[in-house]
Amino acid sequence: MNTKTFAAFVGPSIFLMLLFIAAPLVSVFMQSFYVTQPVFEQVEVETCTPGFPNQTCVTETKIQPVLGDDGKIVTTVKYVGLESYSNVLEPGRAWEALSALDFDALLTIDFWKALRFTLTFTLVTLPLVIGVGLAIAITVNNATRMIRGPIIFVSLLPFIITPVIGALSIRWLFIGDGIMTAFLEWWLGRDISMFGQGWTIELLMMFYRVWHVAPFAFLVFYAGLQTVNQDTLESAVIDGASRWERLRYVIIPHLMPLIVFVSLIHLMDSYRVFEEIVGFSSQAYRISLQWLTYDLLTPDDSGNRSISRASASAMLTMIGIVVLLIPLLRKTWRDHKGGRV
Amino acid sequence: MSLPKSMQQPMALQLSSAGFLAFWCLIAAFPIFWIAVMSFKDPIDAFSSNPLSVIFGPETVATGRGLSIVSIIVGIAFLWYTIHLAMTLLPKMVSKYTPPHLLVPGWIIGALVFAIGFLIVFAGILPPVLGVVNSVLGPFGKPILGLTTEHYQAVWVENAFYENFTNSLIVTVGVVTVSLTVGTLAGYGLARSGSTGSVIAFWILIIALVFRALPHSVLVAGYLPPFINSAEILRPLLGDAAPTLYGKPWAVIAVLVSINQPFTIWMLRSFFQNIPNELDEAARVDGCTHFQAFRWVIMPVMWPGVITTGLFSFLLAYNDYLVCSLLLDAQNQTMVPAIAGYFNRETTTTDQVEAVAAAVSIIAPLFLLIMIFQRQIVSGLTAGAVKG
Repeated sequence: MNTKTFAAFVGPSIFLMLLFIAAPLVSVFMQSFYVTQPVFEQVEVETCTPGFPNQTCVTETKIQPVLGDDGKIVTTVKYVGLESYSNVLEPGRAWEALSALDFDALLTIDFWKALRFTLTFTLVTLPLVIGVGLAIAITVNNATRMIRGPIIFVSLLPFIITPVIGALSIRWLFIGDGIMTAFLEWWLGRDISMFGQGWTIELLMMFYRVWHVAPFAFLVFYAGLQTVNQDTLESAVIDGASRWERLRYVIIPHLMPLIVFVSLIHLMDSYRVFEEIVGFSSQAYRISLQWLTYDLLTPDDSGNRSISRASASAMLTMIGIVVLLIPLLRKTWRDHKGGRV
Repeated sequence: MSLPKSMQQPMALQLSSAGFLAFWCLIAAFPIFWIAVMSFKDPIDAFSSNPLSVIFGPETVATGRGLSIVSIIVGIAFLWYTIHLAMTLLPKMVSKYTPPHLLVPGWIIGALVFAIGFLIVFAGILPPVLGVVNSVLGPFGKPILGLTTEHYQAVWVENAFYENFTNSLIVTVGVVTVSLTVGTLAGYGLARSGSTGSVIAFWILIIALVFRALPHSVLVAGYLPPFINSAEILRPLLGDAAPTLYGKPWAVIAVLVSINQPFTIWMLRSFFQNIPNELDEAARVDGCTHFQAFRWVIMPVMWPGVITTGLFSFLLAYNDYLVCSLLLDAQNQTMVPAIAGYFNRETTTTDQVEAVAAAVSIIAPLFLLIMIFQRQIVSGLTAGAVKG
């Protein structure tokens, strides 16, 4: 295939990616150093009220936005350096809280609160997803062939349905005196309000995430189980390995690459946790890094979007992604050098 | 299949694993099943703390809306017969009336006609007929299972949810078509270009990985200001016809296509690599250009890969909340962000049940999708993993 035909085939795609992937990333980077503000001016206004014997006049200086010829507010773009970053991070308050070892104070700052939640969420759900996925895969693999199809169908449901709606469907089971809350109250014998405090919502969010992702882990592991070497298993039996030992020393090592794969995918996905916040309306208690950027991008009550701070928070989120991806990218690079890809 | 005795499972293990599987299926399906039940009930029943009253809906029955035993039996029989027809008659009709190279559109049209016919009979003809029958039957005609479709009517007719549906349709169809068109060309080009291709393909894999991890809000932060001001930015180029991209479904299509592009290319490329090179070489020997070879030799055999990749594009576009809610204004909202309007309002319990009905309406197509394409979804999910 000569270069011209190759360009004709690949060109449109490269063009789209440059325009809609590379350009926005550069523009986010630039935006985070600039602030767009309305131009204000100081005007002296003299207001007079009729009085006796003279009218009373008050002169005051007012600050008001400058209106352009078209009646719109004039804005300027100003270079602010790292100011937006420090607005997001609030290093002063954060440092104060840290040096006093006062974590509650640290968590009143949105960014650190979001970071705390995102990291806990990621790390707690990871082993659960792997464990549940592995357990389902192994039991399904041992089950009779006939029921495997229906089980895969049912398992796909939580994975495929719209994440926001999946979160909502769990929320509706618990909301108010919903059946699950009623059940828990009967079981534990105490009043429960699942949406009254942060940690219960956090638990529900983690439950939702495991419910949503475990099917994916299950399918991947299940596919891996089909390729386990039966001879190795049989020789393990002959050597007297118990069921547990076979699992521990034959099956799990065989699945190890897939476990790493699922963990990586899950790390990436739960690092950008967002839909749970929307579905459980948890923003008063728990927010995530991606939600922070989203919130800054949504117009506030006066209709302004804090683009600059959003860009700064987006760039900070990206740093996390880079840290997360370095080991993975290094491995891919080595494979590429070794000629596997 | 008989296993050696040592490999057979002890009874206790069999029982506990069966129990575990049953428990998992219950957990997996229950929330979805439950909101589907809730959406047909009166608000008092739907949010009742007693599960039985959610299922049977005494309040809903008390107001005279419900199904009698006769209706339930007729309904189930009709559903069973429909499924039976879909399994036997539909494939026959499709293969009879469509020429072989138009099989995919033929199936789509066939399924649509079938679905519309089902809806007309099930929702249009059956209820009035059964109403007459029930009034004649006396005690057997009394409603026992509460069921009302008023929330669906409120959502779709009064609150004009069909507008959101149309927007969702535009966005998803647009994303799937554009992303597959651009993606198949690029995937094919990369799969057939030897060493240059493999270097570029490697970088695309890297980008695809980064994009798998990149929060979409980062990109949207880059899109928003240029999109809002696009009329002014593009004026020197396009004159007064310069559009404001913010709020336009096709701008969202472009964004979602690009976000998904690295993944699409990567998947399609591996599918094309499995199609033997000799096939297009033979076409080239017969005098085809590269494009002709692609159109007449490759396209007829590439459908499995394209369908799998298309499914994932579809899911991305259909399930997207973040991009659509930020880049579309309230008038052009797609279904998933629109539902946020319901559950944030939540002034009355009726609103809540309407939100449930809207949610069920959104996931119903996905349910069908899994039923039809289960195999493709599973193979797509596992393909990336098992290949490494």
